[in-house]
Amino acid sequence: MPGKLKVKIVAGRHLPVMDRASDLTDAFVEVKFGNTTFKTDVYLKSLNPQWNSEWFKFEVDDEDLQDEPLQITVLDHDTYSANDAIGKVYIDIDPLLYSEAATVISGWFPIYDTIHGIRGEINVVVKVDLFNDLNRFRQSSCGVKFFCTTSIPKCYRAVIIHGFVEELVVNEDPEYQWIDRIRTPRASNEARQRLISLMSGELQRKIGLKVLEMRGNAVVGYLQCFDLEGESGLVVRAIGTACTLDKLSSPAAFLPACNSPSKEMKEIPFNEDPNPNTHSSGPSTPLKNQTYSFSPSKSYSRQSSSSDTDLSLTPKTGMGSGSAGKEGGPFKALLRQQTQSALEQREFPFFTLTAFPPGFLVHVGGVVSARSVKLLDRIHNPAFVGIMGNTRSYKLLDWNSFNSDEPETRDAWWAEIRQEIKSHAKALGCHAVVGYSESTSICEEVCILSASGTAAVLNPRFLQDGTVEGCLEQRLEENLPAGCGFCHIPYDELNMPFPAHLTYCNNCRKQKVPDVLFTTIDLPVDATVIGKGCLIQARLCRLKKKAQAEANATAISNLLPFMEYEVHTQLMNKLKLKAMNALFGLRIQITVGENMLMGLASATGVYLAALPTPGGIQIAGKTPNDGSYEQHISHMQKKINDTIAKNKELYEINPPEISEEIIGSPIPEPRQRSRLLRSQSESSDEVTELDLSHGKKDAFVLEIDDTDAMEDVHSLLTDVPPPSGFYSCNTEIMPGINNWTSEIQSLYFKLRSMIPCCLCHVNFTVSLPEDELIQVTVTAVAITFDKNQALQTTKTHAEKLLQRASTDNEELLQFPLELCSDSLPSHPFPPAKAVTVEKASPMGEGNFRNRSAPPCANSTVGVVKMTPLSFIPGAKITKYLGIINMFFIRETTSLREEGGVSGFLHAFIAEVFAMVRAHVAALGGNAVVSYIMKQCVFMENPNKNQAQCLINVSGDAVVFVRESELEVVSTPQPAASCQPSCTGGEVTT
Amino acid sequence: MDCSLAGSSVHGDSRVSDAVALRVRSGILEQTGATAAVLQSDTMDHYRTFHMLERLLHAPPKLLHQLIFQIPPSRQALLIERYYAFDEAFVREVLGKKLSKGTKKDLDDISTKTGITLKSCRRQFDNFKRVFKVVEEMRGSLVDNIQQHFLLSDRLARDYAAIVFFANNRFETGKKKLQYLSFGDFAFCAELMIQNWTLGAVDSQVDDMDMDLDKEFLQDLKELKVLVADKDLLDLHKSLVCTALRGKLGVFSEMEANFKNLSRGLVNVAAKLTHNKDVRDLFVDLVEKFVEPCRSDHWPLNDVRLFLNQYSASVHSLDGFRHQALWDRYMGTLRGCLLRLYHD
Repeated sequence: MPGKLKVKIVAGRHLPVMDRASDLTDAFVEVKFGNTTFKTDVYLKSLNPQWNSEWFKFEVDDEDLQDEPLQITVLDHDTYSANDAIGKVYIDIDPLLYSEAATVISGWFPIYDTIHGIRGEINVVVKVDLFNDLNRFRQSSCGVKFFCTTSIPKCYRAVIIHGFVEELVVNEDPEYQWIDRIRTPRASNEARQRLISLMSGELQRKIGLKVLEMRGNAVVGYLQCFDLEGESGLVVRAIGTACTLDKLSSPAAFLPACNSPSKEMKEIPFNEDPNPNTHSSGPSTPLKNQTYSFSPSKSYSRQSSSSDTDLSLTPKTGMGSGSAGKEGGPFKALLRQQTQSALEQREFPFFTLTAFPPGFLVHVGGVVSARSVKLLDRIHNPAFVGIMGNTRSYKLLDWNSFNSDEPETRDAWWAEIRQEIKSHAKALGCHAVVGYSESTSICEEVCILSASGTAAVLNPRFLQDGTVEGCLEQRLEENLPAGCGFCHIPYDELNMPFPAHLTYCNNCRKQKVPDVLFTTIDLPVDATVIGKGCLIQARLCRLKKKAQAEANATAISNLLPFMEYEVHTQLMNKLKLKAMNALFGLRIQITVGENMLMGLASATGVYLAALPTPGGIQIAGKTPNDGSYEQHISHMQKKINDTIAKNKELYEINPPEISEEIIGSPIPEPRQRSRLLRSQSESSDEVTELDLSHGKKDAFVLEIDDTDAMEDVHSLLTDVPPPSGFYSCNTEIMPGINNWTSEIQSLYFKLRSMIPCCLCHVNFTVSLPEDELIQVTVTAVAITFDKNQALQTTKTHAEKLLQRASTDNEELLQFPLELCSDSLPSHPFPPAKAVTVEKASPMGEGNFRNRSAPPCANSTVGVVKMTPLSFIPGAKITKYLGIINMFFIRETTSLREEGGVSGFLHAFIAEVFAMVRAHVAALGGNAVVSYIMKQCVFMENPNKNQAQCLINVSGDAVVFVRESELEVVSTPQPAASCQPSCTGGEVTT
Repeated sequence: MDCSLAGSSVHGDSRVSDAVALRVRSGILEQTGATAAVLQSDTMDHYRTFHMLERLLHAPPKLLHQLIFQIPPSRQALLIERYYAFDEAFVREVLGKKLSKGTKKDLDDISTKTGITLKSCRRQFDNFKRVFKVVEEMRGSLVDNIQQHFLLSDRLARDYAAIVFFANNRFETGKKKLQYLSFGDFAFCAELMIQNWTLGAVDSQVDDMDMDLDKEFLQDLKELKVLVADKDLLDLHKSLVCTALRGKLGVFSEMEANFKNLSRGLVNVAAKLTHNKDVRDLFVDLVEKFVEPCRSDHWPLNDVRLFLNQYSASVHSLDGFRHQALWDRYMGTLRGCLLRLYHD
């Protein structure tokens, strides 16, 4: 189905001086889409050219519309020599392809050059005319919406959650093609940017097709990653959760007295009601609904609104929903049929979501993870492919050297790992995995593939028709008290997959619960938490010998189990020290470097009311006869006990006294026991399961039998507490309200003016690009809260990139990372570091700016907020405009002149932010939610004064309205989706 | 962004190490429990950010439209204001000098003399020069132009107008005699002169209207010479002033004795303004011919005011004098200037 893409180049501003003689520029623009190129006239001698071009029209297939980015190149005209490129803008036109998102992309885009950075701005207007109507259009993959958010987006409602979708695309990396030897760095960077843009377009389209096959209309929790595998190619892979989403009309619709603001009802495929009796004939505009609400009969209005929303929130099943059923019935039946067998028959019952509609999650088993070490160079070798005996890949191989066979290989790798995860989940008595994610770490030709998630039992009914009413019923049936159900063990008590100490749930006293719970998901909304949560982090660094290929891979896979074990022990110890009993949002990252492996686990610890009180930590020595040693131990024990007591106070953990008769003993003796099941495998034939429990020990005992453990205990105690007034966590919502270490110290410092505040969604990424470098990327959002603990204003996205140069010998690196990070800043070599902090603005000011500068106004720079959260506290997201997925490369050959590594990265990150904001603003949005910097690869060559950095960011562009502002902004914003009446409706909610 | 740092880093007033030391002294480490390394890197970050901002600050409207940083308007205004702020000591050194490469070379001397870092001196000098270049050939009010192109506050825009005006007319301000005068004194005079003595005062549609003095007016000032050249007129003028001020002035006898000298001084200054060289020496002449004689006789400021008022007003009663309007345009401004310049 063809479409017509229309592009207009309006003007440029702040262009760089390209002609030294006149201090001016003769600029023109090339607009390229696919293989078609248009040019504007040359605008002579101006740094602020006004091209005001005609509409350039591209007639293209929608497949191309999805795959290709619009490429805008600004050049300086030169009569005698070749035209000089000023820079480029890539515009992803995907958001224009689904009906309810943006209709036009219009605004100022920074002109970006991979060598010089941002060089001026260009004003562009882009429109898409699709020749077919919307319904027919849905047959293609274009209509599928993508969300990075790992929960059901705020203004939608999940009708059905279909399940896991994945895809990967492989291509040759332009950086490693032979042509790279003769072309300029700029050309190769641009080739790379373009290719990745193309590949992610293709990937999205393919995933879209899968979703349509599953009869879904959206992908939630879409996570796209790049693996730069060097010579063996470039892999773009993505996972997500296919859903059928409904645009949520405001609940105010059910108040008969109020205007029914069912906006954009048109999109719902089966809400057309042929029954004239119900008065709701066809998609209702807000205007129509208004008429209804004035009708004398209350029931009528109720009917109409409930039929509008089809499977709406209202449990009232009057004529309205019945009539909706008539129309939607056959379709739904089909869906039901499809999802009947629910999860069991699915290949991978995985969900990338981390937050769920109430009632969705029934039980949580625990964290499941799988890792696998692979050698990349093997796939290079055609002989190897031959050995695999895959005739199909052979055939593909003939077509195209080695590119096409790779998806097969990679698919197989991932399939293997997913299979493993699935079996782990089964072992935990769970039939699904939630909060699922995949990652890789590549060093030379060794690649670690990791996958992790939380085994869970889901409400099967939700997966079928997914109505909330269904859930409510179900919950009534099961008679589960809210807030503890998900803690109850899903597995058979007598046949536990691992030794665990079970007790009766403190909440309902009926079901058994484990003593500790580790999960990768967000804290469920209905969970009862005592006190505040805090960030818990385990860090670990292991040395390994430099080795080649196979030997290297073997060494790594031998190390992995020990690392996992240690990370787990650390987490457990720290959790106990904080007097907490559950971890949420656990992310374990294992990074491989040339001569070391690094493990970093972050999670948010909380005290779940349902789970038993954690016991203290006891220290035992192996040589009890030594008096001074004893003394030392008892001293340490005292210190630990003090710390626990202090933490209890700090995080306000005051569990209610539990009567003994029910529980048995007030403080059940906890055992350290693993909820982590992991395994490593170098190849598919070898699967080792590892049970990390301490097994037979009665109490949680730390044994100090060697210096290692000594250090452990020390590090346990030396974790630097955050300054008062700061709380942090890595889940979306602060449990209660939150802690940390030296890396973050500087972040704390930056944000000191915002005390009291909490940092949410702290995201650590560690990479080991070279022998002596550790890169730590930290992103977080700071939220200020008032004393009533109501999250008041959000703002501020702090992003921080630490790069530590540890030029010392290997001994230094032998210590756990805590020591590393403590010692390094005081290192004679200044710790290089780039930090960008966007400051919070007081709420009043934010309001003012929003009012004075509507998102569409071209003259003023609209304010675009960026947050890694899926929501904006104190504001309501009114519209999702589409996914932002951008990839940038920046290279410099004058690193020192640009302020060294820090200056370079600082500038680059600022530029990336600027470009993301510009794109969002052009779509008519005023915020990016679920923002994540997925990749940040930095390479430098100080001798040549060169550096290169790759950054991949993504997020959802949204329009939000401040709740406090809803009334004020009743004058329609130019780009805002909701009509004034809608806004009015929302106020009453 | 830390506003307290905005000053020092944008100014280039201090090196990073100084800024760190300053912050350490402010007790920030104790307050937040941060380490020195953290403070150091945080300060570095700020310097880097401001370094990136500096380019934009050269053309403040760019700062408004740029997309790289999201800065609230109030913060933008603050940054601009801080960046364009200047030191009194520095501006006194360069006021009235040609903003050329030659002067720029002398900046290290100025830096040593004033104790302001060379970097800061350069920034201030470049700011003056940049503003000068932009508004040099523009129509319309000087202050308005500066405000429009540099988004400065009213106060700062006025100061820049004075600096630009002085630089354009090259008024001598560096003489030892003039050292007692502050930048504020000169800026006050500049404003009066811009209002009354420039082209813009008569015609608001000329290029350079606020920058250059009205040549025709300066030529005409020769006509005032008759006030001192004509003996009768001078005597009549004196007797008019003396009659009116008798008993009102504490320093009456000194005034009476000095009247002819003072009047000659003031009128001769006017008559000399046809030559560029003498225009440059305007302030030197005023101080030499009027301020110093009065000061040596210990005239109180109020007496000076009374005298100058009477001195200019009495001319209207001189029947033989035909250039009343010219006299008012000259004396009106000069009176204001002299009163401002008359202090220790």
